[in-house]
Amino acid sequence: MTLPELADRAIVLRARAADWREAVRIAGDALVDSGCTTSEYTDAMIRMVEDHGPYIVIAPGLALAHARPGGAVRCDGLSVVTLAGPVDFGHAHHDPVRVVIGLAGVAPDAHLAAVAALANAFNDSAAISAVADAPTREAVRAILERSERS
Amino acid sequence: MKIVTICGAGIGSSGILKVNAERVLQRLGLEATVVAADIGSVARVAADAQVILTSAEFVEAIGPTRADVVVIENYFDTDELSRKLEVAIG
Repeated sequence: MTLPELADRAIVLRARAADWREAVRIAGDALVDSGCTTSEYTDAMIRMVEDHGPYIVIAPGLALAHARPGGAVRCDGLSVVTLAGPVDFGHAHHDPVRVVIGLAGVAPDAHLAAVAALANAFNDSAAISAVADAPTREAVRAILERSERS
Repeated sequence: MKIVTICGAGIGSSGILKVNAERVLQRLGLEATVVAADIGSVARVAADAQVILTSAEFVEAIGPTRADVVVIENYFDTDELSRKLEVAIG
């Protein structure tokens, strides 16, 4: 139950996004930069919200951007984006969003291993704001890895 | 006992709900199969389910069902999940 390795290119700190689409796109671009997806996957992540609403905002301040496995996914991957300014997704309870996690999986079961590790990390209610305020990529990795061990 | 977690893609957020529901069930000492599925397959996957866990966004799309539809607000709050699962199952 481990998270995919978080390469430097998969972590974007204090990104500037004008709205939720831009925030999701930055998380998607980070997956593309890590070599895990093509830009079609980013489009699909945005479409999920257009089609179904802001349900990807699954906890206060955190959006889990993802789409279905498919041809646009080359490897299991994760990206972490913190926002310089929080953005609203239009969620009834959890706006504004400060952290966007991008998630890509080649197959549904691969997704599940990654989401189990994510749940380990973020079931600690302090973890979201700790990631949002993380000064360095190392600090982000430390928060996720520390939670993984507990 | 079968519990189905529903999101747009059937992975990702419904996966988080599945993982945390299994943890809560274990804590409560309850036995159940938890399946993550996408909204498009809810009629088929949840036909024999007792409980559907999802977000408010999907309640209307789930439509008529014999299962108890439970809306979860914070997917990482296992106390909320535990409380609502106990009510639904209890």
